[in-house]
Amino acid sequence: MGDFLSVTELTKAFPGVLANDHINLTLHRGEVHAILGENGAGKSTLMKLIYGLYEPDSGEILLEGNPVHFHSPRDAIHAGIGMVHQHFMLIPALTVADNVVLGDEPGHIRYDRKQAEEKVRSLSNQYKLTVDATAKVGDLSVGLQQRVEILKAFYRKAKLLILDEPTALLTPQETEELFSIIRHLRDEGIPILFISHKLDEVRAVANRVTVMRAGKTVATLSVAGTTSQQLANLMVGRDVVLRIEKQPQQRGSVLLDIRNLEVQDKDKHPRVRGVSFQVHAGEVFGLAGIDGNGQFELVDAIAGLLNVFRGSVWFDGQNITRLSPGARTATGIAYVPQDRQVEGLVLNFDLVENLMLRDFRRRPFSRNGWLSRQAAVKYANDLIQRFDIRPPDALRKAADLSGGNQQKVILAREVARDPKLLIVAQPTRGLDVGAIEGIHRQLLHLRDLGKAILLVSLELDEIMSLSDRIGVIHSGVLQDIVDAKTVTREKIGLLMTGSRSDEGARILSSDIQEVRKP
Amino acid sequence: MTPGVRSVVRGLGLPILASLFAIVIGAIVVAAIGFNPITVYGSLLSGAFGNLFSIGATLSGAVPLILIGLGIAIAFKAGVFNIGAEGQYWVGAIASVWVSYHFTGLPGWLHIILALVAGMLAGAVWGGVIPGLAKAYVGAHEVITTMMMSYIGILLAQYMIEEPNAPMRQPGYIPESPMIPNNVQLPFLPMKAFVQSQLSIGIFIALIAAVVVWLLLQKTTFGFQIRTVGYNQRAAKYAGVHVAWYTILALGMSGLFAGLAGGVQMLGVAHQLNDSFASQYGYTAIVVALLARNNPFGCIIAGIFFAALSTGGQTMQQFSGVPASLTDVLTGLVVFFVAAEQLIPEIRAWFRRNKDRRRIAGVQEGGKTA
Repeated sequence: MGDFLSVTELTKAFPGVLANDHINLTLHRGEVHAILGENGAGKSTLMKLIYGLYEPDSGEILLEGNPVHFHSPRDAIHAGIGMVHQHFMLIPALTVADNVVLGDEPGHIRYDRKQAEEKVRSLSNQYKLTVDATAKVGDLSVGLQQRVEILKAFYRKAKLLILDEPTALLTPQETEELFSIIRHLRDEGIPILFISHKLDEVRAVANRVTVMRAGKTVATLSVAGTTSQQLANLMVGRDVVLRIEKQPQQRGSVLLDIRNLEVQDKDKHPRVRGVSFQVHAGEVFGLAGIDGNGQFELVDAIAGLLNVFRGSVWFDGQNITRLSPGARTATGIAYVPQDRQVEGLVLNFDLVENLMLRDFRRRPFSRNGWLSRQAAVKYANDLIQRFDIRPPDALRKAADLSGGNQQKVILAREVARDPKLLIVAQPTRGLDVGAIEGIHRQLLHLRDLGKAILLVSLELDEIMSLSDRIGVIHSGVLQDIVDAKTVTREKIGLLMTGSRSDEGARILSSDIQEVRKP
Repeated sequence: MTPGVRSVVRGLGLPILASLFAIVIGAIVVAAIGFNPITVYGSLLSGAFGNLFSIGATLSGAVPLILIGLGIAIAFKAGVFNIGAEGQYWVGAIASVWVSYHFTGLPGWLHIILALVAGMLAGAVWGGVIPGLAKAYVGAHEVITTMMMSYIGILLAQYMIEEPNAPMRQPGYIPESPMIPNNVQLPFLPMKAFVQSQLSIGIFIALIAAVVVWLLLQKTTFGFQIRTVGYNQRAAKYAGVHVAWYTILALGMSGLFAGLAGGVQMLGVAHQLNDSFASQYGYTAIVVALLARNNPFGCIIAGIFFAALSTGGQTMQQFSGVPASLTDVLTGLVVFFVAAEQLIPEIRAWFRRNKDRRRIAGVQEGGKTA
């Protein structure tokens, strides 16, 4: 029998929602099986049912042909199911070996650290999960921490590995390393369930894919014969446009003029070094770069959240270098910051308060220092309808909304002010295909209305499909500005590493190609 | 129920549950040391609310707790912890008393306002401006600075009257300041029992202050900015709020109310600065704000609750023989349950799970026998 795990007619209801509706799934030995679905499609619930965090209302789970009933994750672990959560459950102050064996330590009363390290080393050799057993987890990169999580699962004798959105926090390089680990494990005969909402990744690493939508399994396909378009349509339930056609550009005058800008972080380290560029009305200027190369400090400085160390920022013919963030907003700059939960929203505020967050000083939201709740509620309801924010309840706290809808709230707030310049940082991070399409359309629509848009994204595809011109930043220096119509992704990748040598080009382009097209 | 009403009910649920848990566990403690909980709580209750005199005493004791509690709630709302309200209270008291027995040519009402404003400003400088500036510009943590300033404030008040030649000392053997003139004292409520229990119109000042704080926090851009800073400083900066400035303002407002409490207490009850520095209002008020979950109207109820524990405690000791420090146990338990906010939903969930398990077990057994 090739079926390692099979799930039949599994159903789980929560008050008001049928989270899993008669789910069927089979997992063969030695395959990577992706579960693809939008946020809220029921992927996580299904995994929690398999992992014993929830108990099903009805239906059956068969492990190696035998029905199992898990009352807790402990039962599931005991039965050989290992799971790596999206957010790691590690103790940063302990070493790798300590973390792996925690809860099942070798030795009796006295913890035998030597033996723990030995065991971890042999596991890491066996599964090619290279990581230093004596290193402190807090010092490791996110990619290595993930390996520790995988080791934890194997230390507990996992025969099946569940990876819940494993690439969400990884860099492209780490993603590629993870994929080669997954392929290696598959070749060792370990079945892997890979939860994702990213089409490229599913196509890169999975053998078969089960698409979920609204709590149901829509289809199970072999990855080999499918296209991204097919998967996207199945996932969303309608025809999705993966790459939006742009209107010809109507470029206007210069709106934003950055002159020789230098920005330092809190510890006085230079993060942006002598950057100059201009953004015109009616254009999308994309800022590409590997994370941590100063792009977010640059836009924070333009928005007024970071102080400018040297150089100047001109907007619409006016020097705004010394203006406060509030005053910059008033001149017509809108800003969608990269971290919507930490910066863009106050999660404990309701949508009314969040939608007026940057405009509460002016009418109709307040008058001589007194808030006008009524006007704010009316405004919020209007925006909720216009931008299709769900659930359409202005009194809901921002924390209760899905990531896509939180992003819509921020975008609605910033766009509704009718700004001349919109700065967007990572506008689609963590969103699903349907939501991404909506936000991309919105941005291009604004461009066609003659707004200037400064787009910062770590997704090269996003930059390339939306931008008219692309600036590439590397360690705080703007390497070059290129025309998006003619540039190749290899050229941009080369600039992103800051090297112009042919060797760099070869390594990087092969990297990118491997990630995107297996 | 509309969502608004529901959230109010949910907001009230936890403090009430916490108080109930505290009372139940207090009863167990009382029973364990050999007293009848019903008599003990009965005497506590009648001591706090049994007649007009005790009601007056309870409300009078609640005034400083409500006022200081409001101030601490404002600081909490802005995400800062004003732990030094006790010192701000005394600094406010010093300023109010000093103004009260100077400027004697003024009409009474104007003199009262002047004295209270002096107390408010002194409290604001002590609690807000100094620790606030220290926090905003050199990063000194407000828990440390407000507490240190608090000790200085309390000792300053002692210094004012302690030694024979102290600045505010009345000639004589007793360490006390001159009396506040009659026309600068806050009038008592016009009933004999209230005059005896020293319930002044300070209670109305406290009630009005609660309304003012509520309006300020919920209805003004000032309050909106305070709350934004309290929830998320980075989002506040992004929203164009001057975070450092609003941190200072919040601590300043916090001290302002503590200073007002000192002034009202001096003008309404003590009528002079005397050697009574063990009031502890500034500390109990932290618990008031906690129990009220920073809701201004909750501060009124919580202030009365703790004042009742204190006045009722005396009677309880007389009549039932249980030491008045039982009320400290109750206070401690309330703090514990409010602080352990997560505990109560956990307990509820545990009960529910247990019920489910019993139900399922019952079904399974039924299945077997059939």
